Amino acid sequence: MKELSLNVLDLAQNSLSAGARHITIEICESLKEDVLRIRIADDGIGMDPDFLERVTDPFVTTRKTRPVGMGIPFIKMAAEMAEGTFDIRSRKGEGTELRASFRLSHVDRMPLGDIAGTIATLIQGAPEVDYTYVRSTDSGSFEFDTGRIREMLEGISLREPEILDWIKDYIMQGETGVMAQNK
Amino acid sequence: MKTIEDLQKIREEMQSKISLRKDEGDSIRVVVGMATCGIAAGARPVLEALVNEVGRRQLKNVVVTQTGCIGVCRLEPIVEVYEKDKEKVTYVKMDAEMARTVVSEHLVNGRVVQAWTIGASE
Repeated sequence: MKELSLNVLDLAQNSLSAGARHITIEICESLKEDVLRIRIADDGIGMDPDFLERVTDPFVTTRKTRPVGMGIPFIKMAAEMAEGTFDIRSRKGEGTELRASFRLSHVDRMPLGDIAGTIATLIQGAPEVDYTYVRSTDSGSFEFDTGRIREMLEGISLREPEILDWIKDYIMQGETGVMAQNK
Repeated sequence: MKTIEDLQKIREEMQSKISLRKDEGDSIRVVVGMATCGIAAGARPVLEALVNEVGRRQLKNVVVTQTGCIGVCRLEPIVEVYEKDKEKVTYVKMDAEMARTVVSEHLVNGRVVQAWTIGASE
């Protein structure tokens, strides 16, 4: 993976496979603490303690085409390469929460990349699921929530290309606003 | 600036046209592999290009969807085209530019881009 937004997309796909109805994605950049934090939380079926314990092992996966799953090992490695931390918690029947942190200024920290593209792609793939995206810095935050948008659309699907275009631009603009204050 | 009012305008336009995409039996289904292998190889920009181009050209008979691992990870990004009464076409090692070409050549003009299919690459 070349950018963290692709890891986020990949991990949120796991949440979708777990039957999540609501996925929260939070990205926090703190210059003061020199840290980038990513949190992905879902209300999917969760994992039992045994699977959870082995989930960072590449040879543990739910995919059926081959017995290798690289999604979680990838982000764990990316975090550790940048002096960060990785943590995943889950409860069967309740959901899963994944956190990764990175030293913001670390030379090996991957760029965040196109998060707006990731959110739009998730919506395109599973428009019936609700997504909350929060981007924050030391000085402010931007929040995007599909629940509100859905209400406004009165039955028109979020996956319509015109709507997806608007969502992507709206998120990019919100992020730019938050980042501009973070000086 | 994109505002909530803009979104309302888009909705009103769409409602007035009543031209919403219908997923009927005779529609063309375009499927992009979006598992870890596909995403790492660049499937997200391919998907975005397909959605964007299909929307821009107002191709109401085309539905773009996502799937998991197709099983040939080394040939990702993979795009499959399903059309009624025709054999499935599998495009491999795609990028955003190629995706736009597939929309115009294959989906609009009905000419399969043979050079990019799995048959040509194997």
